[in-house]
Amino acid sequence: MNTILKNELFRRFISIFFLILIWEIISRIVDDTIILPSPSNVAESIKYHASQDLFHHVYITLLRVFVAFFLAMIIGSSIGIVMGRKTKIDDYLDGWLILALNMPALVTIILCFIWFGLNEVAAVLAVTINKIPTVTVILREGTKAIDERLIQVGKIYNKSRFEIIKDILIPQLYPYFVSAARSGLALIWKIVLVVELLGRSNGVGFKINEFFSMFDTTSILAYTIVFVLIIMLIEWFLIKPCDKKLTEWR
Amino acid sequence: MNQINIEIKKKIFPLKTQNKQSQNLIFKNLNFTIKKGQFVSFFGPSGCGKTTLLNIISGLDKDFDGSVQTYKDATNSNISYMFQAPRLFPWLTAIENIKYPIKKRKNCEKIAFELIKKIGLEKYKNQYPNKLSGGMQRRIALARAFAPNPDILLLDEPFISIDKKVSNLLRKLLVKLWKKYKPIIVFVTHDLDEAIELADRICFLSNLPSKILLDYEINLRRPRNQDSKNFKTLKRLLSSTTSLKKKR
Repeated sequence: MNTILKNELFRRFISIFFLILIWEIISRIVDDTIILPSPSNVAESIKYHASQDLFHHVYITLLRVFVAFFLAMIIGSSIGIVMGRKTKIDDYLDGWLILALNMPALVTIILCFIWFGLNEVAAVLAVTINKIPTVTVILREGTKAIDERLIQVGKIYNKSRFEIIKDILIPQLYPYFVSAARSGLALIWKIVLVVELLGRSNGVGFKINEFFSMFDTTSILAYTIVFVLIIMLIEWFLIKPCDKKLTEWR
Repeated sequence: MNQINIEIKKKIFPLKTQNKQSQNLIFKNLNFTIKKGQFVSFFGPSGCGKTTLLNIISGLDKDFDGSVQTYKDATNSNISYMFQAPRLFPWLTAIENIKYPIKKRKNCEKIAFELIKKIGLEKYKNQYPNKLSGGMQRRIALARAFAPNPDILLLDEPFISIDKKVSNLLRKLLVKLWKKYKPIIVFVTHDLDEAIELADRICFLSNLPSKILLDYEINLRRPRNQDSKNFKTLKRLLSSTTSLKKKR
């Protein structure tokens, strides 16, 4: 028994098993599928929705998540790097950044829908705008922590500006990119659901709203679990390996 | 390239203490010439502008009055610099670090491997610097400095704060590499033994504003032994001459 407990994977498995067990027990005590359906109910519901349009809506939502994610990463890190390098620009933009950081996600979403209409562009734009400031802050800190002495090495060997950025600046920012991507993915998919709930007629958020109006808790949990699992798979099989590859030298 | 001509009319360093701006005069009318293949040590107390001098020669510091002529246009000049800290790129392996200055050349792989063999670290070529000891990191930094086969090599107290055995080894390595590639070497140190052991010529720098107190050609035979009689006599002679000059 002890040797099995030493296995990390086994411990993780046990932890999930207990979570489901606790869920099962509570659902039996409550005994009301509107408040808390049992795990087997939800599993059946997943099976049912999978045969219907679950993956269509998951696909739509994932698409929005990725477009918003890449836009936010590119725009946010560009602004962050510039702010980290140029003190004057940092002084000008710092106030805006704090304002943007404190803007409630709901307000940006509603404003985007009012200004640009209930369409795809407005939806993705709203999510992107929500995410940009946090990426900017992380990358600005990273850029400020850049070791100037390593840049001097590049200058000594007559490397061009572009080469110095590519070979010396960016590698020092890898850990910051990874951390921005991590927190970004988690934040973005949550905001995407709100956007879909408010102004789209497809996607996971839209479906959850629909189930909410019918008090169909089982379906809500079914959709949620499928989507969370997919995001976790992305974290495990995409972000974690990337992180390992980019920071193995540390 | 035959020689370098250095002519610094004036170099000041702005200082900010308690909101008061003041200026620190570091060099005034400092002129000297270094011949092809010569190994020059600059010896002086800490804070006398040794690093500043190297930064000026290397072109990193352009904020001074005067000129550095290397008889080649600036973009073409082949200068290499070994800093006080190894300054290796932690995300590159040992061999990739050595290759860095010459990455674009076709035979960079071969040159880098030759160098890493010369410093005796070919076993560690795929290790990241953080996994290597301080002495090994410096050997790699030394190899990187020689990789572009420089016309001018600047060394800024590269062997301080490591134990004597390792620094002796590194000095031997430096002389070996210098004899093979024959760059001009400008070596800066505050260790007189080291300065005398390595160089063809030694320049003593004074306290600020820094000037050359003594410019002396060392004719001791190599390899030099810091414990030999000739070495000690020369050291005594040099230090007494310069301390007399300082008092004047």
